[in-house]
Formats: sequence, C-alpha cells, structure tokens
Amino acid sequence: MKRSRFPLIVTLLVLLFFYLPIMVLVINSFNASRFGSGWEGFSLIWYRRLFDSPEIWRAVQNSLVIAFGATLLSLLLGTTAAFALHKYARSRLQRSHYLLIYTPLVVPEILTGISLLMFFVALGWELGLWTIFLSHVTFCISYVAMVVLARLQDFDYSIVEASQDLGADWLTTARKVLLPMLAPGLTAGGLLAFTLSIDDFVISFFVAGPGSTTLPIRIYSMIKHGSPPMINALSTLLLVITFSAVVVSQRVGEGTPPGS
Amino acid sequence: MKSNRRASWKEWFVTSPSLFWLSFFFVIPTLLVFAIAFKPANPYGGIGKGWSLQTLFHLANPNYPSILWRTLWISLLTTVICLVLAVPTGYHIARLKPRVRQLVLLLVIVPFWTSFLVRIFAWKILLHPEGFVKRALVMVGLAGPESILMYNSAAVLLVMVYTYLPFSILPIYAAAEKYDFRLSEAARDLGAGAVRTFFSVFLPAIRRGILTSVLVVFIPALGSYVIPDIVGGPGSEMMGNKIAQRVFVDRNLPHAAALSALLILAVMAPLVMVLLLQRNRVKNDPFISEDS
Repeated sequence: MKRSRFPLIVTLLVLLFFYLPIMVLVINSFNASRFGSGWEGFSLIWYRRLFDSPEIWRAVQNSLVIAFGATLLSLLLGTTAAFALHKYARSRLQRSHYLLIYTPLVVPEILTGISLLMFFVALGWELGLWTIFLSHVTFCISYVAMVVLARLQDFDYSIVEASQDLGADWLTTARKVLLPMLAPGLTAGGLLAFTLSIDDFVISFFVAGPGSTTLPIRIYSMIKHGSPPMINALSTLLLVITFSAVVVSQRVGEGTPPGS
Repeated sequence: MKSNRRASWKEWFVTSPSLFWLSFFFVIPTLLVFAIAFKPANPYGGIGKGWSLQTLFHLANPNYPSILWRTLWISLLTTVICLVLAVPTGYHIARLKPRVRQLVLLLVIVPFWTSFLVRIFAWKILLHPEGFVKRALVMVGLAGPESILMYNSAAVLLVMVYTYLPFSILPIYAAAEKYDFRLSEAARDLGAGAVRTFFSVFLPAIRRGILTSVLVVFIPALGSYVIPDIVGGPGSEMMGNKIAQRVFVDRNLPHAAALSALLILAVMAPLVMVLLLQRNRVKNDPFISEDS
C-alpha cells in the first residue's frame, strides 16, 4: 500500500514552526546588538546584565518559594483526592468529587484568576505571596490528582491486602508498599505541579500584591517595557532548564504524555 | 454499577481535604463572580455595599458585542487551524517506528512545557519591524517595507495557533496510537481511495481525540488575554483584555465580574455540548475502550 507523503510534510512543517522562533531567540541572546536587527558579534553581555539584576533574583526567589510550597501541598491534597476517586469509584460522593477535580482543568486561567481575586478582596485578605501560593495550590490539585489517578488505574490493591495479611501495620504498609509503588506517579505529578506553578503568569498577576513579583510577572513587565536582549538571555536559560526537566521526567514517566 | 449507599467515614476522611479546599477556593469564588456582578463599585477600587443593576447597564457598551464576536471568531479559527495541522501530525507520529516516535513526541512536548511568556515573546521578536519574518517577507516581495506585521488580529491568531498547537496534537496522537491501522488497509483493499479511507475510517475512529483536542484549544482560547495584550493592538482586543482592563486600569471589580460571568457562560456552552456528545457516543462505540 502506498502511503501518502502529506502527513510527513505537515509534521516537518509543524516542527519547524515550533522551533524556528525558539532558535531565533536563542541565537539573539548571544547577539551584541541591542535591538537584534542584525548580527553584531557574539557576546555574553546580556547574560552578565541578567546576573547583575537584583530584581530578577528576587523574582526567582519568590517563584521558587511558591513553587516548592504549592507542589508539596498540592501533592498531598491531590494524592488523597486520587485515592478517594480510585478506591470508592462510582460512589455518589466520588462522582461529585470527580466533577469538582475536573472542572478547574477546563476553566480558562483568566477566570480562575479573577474569581480568586474577587474572593480575596471580599474576604479582605491582603494580596501577596500568600494569596499566590493559595491560588497555585488550587489549580495544581486537579493536575496532580489526574496524573496520580492515571497511575492508580493499574494499581493492584491485593498487594496492599497481602501486606496487611502478613501482619504489617498501617504505617509500615504505607511506607514499604504504597510509597514505592506510587513513587513514579508522585514524581510525575510533582514535576507537573512545579512546572505549572513556576510558569504561571495569568493567575499570579491577578492575585499578586505589591512586592510579590514572581519570575513570570517580572518577565511580563520586561516584555512590556524592558530590554529585549535581556529577556532573550533569560528565556534561553529557562529553555535549557525546561529541556533538561522534560528529558528527566520522560525517563521517570516512561512515555506518559503530560497533561493527558 | 451505581451504588447509592451512604459514604463511610473512611471515604469522607480521604475525600474531605480536596473537597473542602476546592469548594472553598474554587466553587465559592466562581459563584462570587456572579454575585459581585450585581454589586456597586466603591471609589477605592473595592466592592460597595448593597445591590445594584448599574453594572449590567455598563455591559450595554457598544464595543462589547464586537469584542465578544471577535473573541469567538479568533478562538474558533485557532481551533480549526490547530486541528487541520494536528490531525496529519498526530497520524504521522502514530505511524512512526517506536524509537523515532519517542523523539518526535519529545519535540512536541518541549514547547508544551516551555514558558508561555517566552514563546509569545519569541514571536514578538520575529514579527518586530526589524525582525526576521518581516525582513524575509520584504525580501521575497510579500510585504512592503512599511507594512506592520504586529498589533493586529492576524498576529494574535498566529501566536494563538503557535501556543495551542502542542495541546491539540497530543490528544489526537493518543487516539491515533490506539487506532488499528489494519482497518485502513482493509478499507484500501476493499477499493476505497486514500482520501476516502482517511475521512470515513480513520477520522471517525479518532473522534474522541478530536473532541478533546477541540476542547483543550477552544476553551483556553476564549479566555486569552496575554497574547492579544502582547502581539495584538486596539483593533484586536478580546474579552480577556477587557476583563483585565477593568481590573488593572479602572479598578472596577463589579464590571470585571460581569464580563467574567459572560465569559463563563460562553465557556460552558461548548463544554456542555461536548459532554453530551461524548455521553451519547460512549454507549455504542466499538472503537472506544474504557479509559481516561
């Protein structure tokens, strides 16, 4: 059977489309020219400027603190959620629970951002790192729950029962049986939560207060008013980090597409 | 299948943390948006006391219908273009040999994980009056030296397709991977042409992937705000921009709430439609295995 060349051509064009802008950006980050209009020689000046900028470091610090905190708490809440959904599947409570976990995934970010802003304002809470953290936990729970739930689908409960039959107490079973079996799911869920939190701009922008600038908020204001070459350098660094993280998570996750 | 027994305390114990968290930080805030739409604004940028229909009159702003219309159009076009590119790509990836497939899949996933702002910014550089694309187009004579590639709806559309295409490809690939390509061979053996085989055998078989793909592009596209904000201009504003302006420029939260409520309704419509479609199809579909 003769196969059409058409899908191959589309795929190649799509990959070119994906990577052309990224490649131009990376190359420009080493360009001495201020406006990137022509090549004026190789230079690391923009990277040096970046490292000398205290605002960037503050923003990185804020982002990391929020991302670590949000990852931990959403892992805890998301994993218990996945357990409940798996163990008591099809009970009436779990059907509503599933809807509650699933819906935030399909709500556009701007709506999540604005509704949380209204909520914090209505409660009279001061906007800042704390409100960003609470918001990140909220949207990460659903992602973690879905990833862990997917892992639980091929989870064999009889092993847990066997452990208990053999006399292990609840804690030993959790530590020696459950945790090792769940480790890949937890790692995948945690990585996803961390990436989503680090990368989130829209929701953070809505619930941020004075002095709680995260890295994406900083990048946004640089895009709006700042110097393009410095963003090129910063973007290149972020790309390197992302690429390594994806390779690592692929090794860990062994072929599960993220977000599915 | 349905068990309507009361939940045990054990079930409540593992369910309650996420249940309460999301009720508190998701359900209540969403309902609040609808409530605040009926509140007056106070002069300090907060929410006033009492109830008011004032905000609803604001919605009669003559600009809004055209902006809502543009939001729907751009989102719809983005979804269709993504689908047209994603179906052949997903098909091709599913047919690749395992080792090459892993690599290509990785190449599709990397942009998916890459900073959203960085990817938008990359286009801002390319479309810049001194940028690469502009100069290339001028060189081949497709654009005049004075033409502006940015700050219009076409630029918004282009960057939206760029941003959402990975999201569109993955569900199609996931469905195509499960498809039994011998069905296509059988259709060809029975005399169907390549095009007909593709449209009447392959596409119906991956329709669930197509539905998911439509959903994961169309809904976030409706809420777009950053893309039209960065590469769009005054003539290509979308609902998201208006909501953000009400929050950050004039700090009128009730007005922002009313616009958001409108957007929530716009999002719900396709969602409910797809859910109903899926429910009907799952019942008698030979291709669908019970997953996700």
